[in-house]
Amino acid sequence: MSAPLLGVEGLSKRFSRGGKNFAALDGVGFSIAAGETLALVGPSGSGKSTVARILLRLVEADAGSVHFQGQDLLALRGPALRAVRAKLQMVFQDPQAAFNPRATVARLLDDPLRIHGVVDRSERPKAIAALLARVGLSAELAGRAVHEISGGQRQRVAIARALATRPSLIVLDEAVSALDVLVRADILRLLAELQREQGIAYLFISHDLGAVRAIAHRIAIMDGGRIVEQGAARAVIAAPVSATGKALVAATPELPVSKETVS
Amino acid sequence: MPLLSIRGLGVRYGNNVQALDGVDLDLGAGERLAIIGESGSGKSTLARAVAALLPPTATLQGKVTWPELGRVARNGRDIGFVFQDPASSLDPVISVGDQVAEVAHVNLDMAWPAARRLAGELLDRVRLPEPALLASAYPHQLSGGQKQRVAIAAAIAAGPRLLIADEATSALDTIVQAEIVALIRRLVDEDGMALLFVSHDIALAANLADRIAVFRHGRMVELAATGDLIAAPVSDYTRALLGAHLGLGAALGAGA
Ligand SMILES: Nc1ncnc2c1ncn2[C@@H]1O[C@H](COP(=O)(O)OP(=O)(O)OP(=O)(O)O)[C@@H](O)[C@H]1O
Ligand SMILES: Nc1ncnc2c1ncn2[C@@H]1O[C@H](COP(=O)(O)OP(=O)(O)OP(=O)(O)O)[C@@H](O)[C@H]1O
Ligand SMILES: [Mg+2]
Ligand SMILES: [Mg+2]
Repeated sequence: MSAPLLGVEGLSKRFSRGGKNFAALDGVGFSIAAGETLALVGPSGSGKSTVARILLRLVEADAGSVHFQGQDLLALRGPALRAVRAKLQMVFQDPQAAFNPRATVARLLDDPLRIHGVVDRSERPKAIAALLARVGLSAELAGRAVHEISGGQRQRVAIARALATRPSLIVLDEAVSALDVLVRADILRLLAELQREQGIAYLFISHDLGAVRAIAHRIAIMDGGRIVEQGAARAVIAAPVSATGKALVAATPELPVSKETVS
Repeated sequence: MPLLSIRGLGVRYGNNVQALDGVDLDLGAGERLAIIGESGSGKSTLARAVAALLPPTATLQGKVTWPELGRVARNGRDIGFVFQDPASSLDPVISVGDQVAEVAHVNLDMAWPAARRLAGELLDRVRLPEPALLASAYPHQLSGGQKQRVAIAAAIAAGPRLLIADEATSALDTIVQAEIVALIRRLVDEDGMALLFVSHDIALAANLADRIAVFRHGRMVELAATGDLIAAPVSDYTRALLGAHLGLGAALGAGA
């Protein structure tokens, strides 16, 4: 088998809190193939976002390695890191918090195009319109400020911004969790479509197993900084083996199938 | 005679936002009603109108009455209110035990020693771990789920007839959410409280409520017994919400 797009091995990270030192990550390993979606699920505090922050180089790992497109990601510095960062993008739960609320949509999309020199200056307005169209937004939104658009529209802008640099992997940390169900279904459809068309891989971080089941090929379940179960998403959700996996499945609210099953 | 009767309720914020319009609704004693709908549909506005917690900028049309009480319900005494963000309803500089005790002290005219004893019992009832020890803890020393247990203990301290939970589990992870929902169900059963459960999660609502009211753009578009609403929704909007629910079962959420 060829090398995976992303290979993570033995990732460990300790934090101190209230004078106590504890392991937020303890030997985490997984891989993602090109064009694949891996879901990282687990209870609050299990370490999911810490994994994402290490991949994005926002937090330094204590131990372990991350290989992305054949390169040792954690060893990269300066221009080499910037070049790789273009291929590894991130979308957070609340894009409002991540964006300057007074910045216009056009400005948000222009930044990555400019910083990574994706297209010439004269081509950028066209590229911005194309990105908006790509995520199902009208070009007329370009002039609006971030605080003047809805939550669902903001999440689409965040995805468009991540797409600007033509990434091969997007880390989505609870990216659909705050959205209304109808909007969430739309965004999940959009992500699946982008993956089909452009072969983008996703690391989909969530504690919503319903969304995971709808979008992920594989799943890794975390608890207490470790991966406690890993496998094909639907198979694991149908018959989890780990205690955490069982608890997550049992806790996921299901619609009563018919009146008979409503107790 | 219903516990709560809502007739022609409308709420307008400032001069331009009609957040609720023409809502008619009854809630029986001990009945569990879920309010669902998308962001901005007016769910919290309804909950706050019932508890008389609307901001002064809001103007009210129609009537909220309490036929069974024969008087206006008092928040704290007759109504317990649990918010989405427990941090916002708990005072950061008062121990959690005293916050629960204060509700009993203020609303039941209970002397402090008795109120503190009651608080200890309530923290035990909501299954706060080591209640005797954690009663003297401050909110920031508790997890999100533990804070929500404290907020629920405070909400039920005066033995209210109605518990309102406005997205009380939305900020919690799935496992903790299920624990809090189970706790709410048990307390409502044990005390015979009516429940107004506000949520945007139709499956969560269906697992807890006798009836479900679906809101959209400030109007109630459907109100039905839970089983009927799930099995045979009348409005297109309810059908869309049901269709967008991503379940785990093979029959549901399939087609991906
Ligand atoms: N900078 C930090 N300093 C100290 N502790 C931290 C820091 N960042 C995270 N932690 C702790 O590390 C653990 C893992 O946190 P992380 O944010 O990765 O969890 P998570 O799985 O993303 O949880 P959630 O579902 O709530 O987002 C938690 O106990 C958290 O409090
Ligand atoms: N204090 C306020 N002043 C002005 N407008 C308000 C105020 N509170 C709510 N609104 C508006 O009233 C409408 C209904 O809001 P409400 O908070 O009741 O919705 P909701 O269904 O609870 O939404 P969510 O699911 O996001 O909590 C929205 O358009 C909202 O922006
Ligand atoms: Mg996180
Ligand atoms: Mg609300």
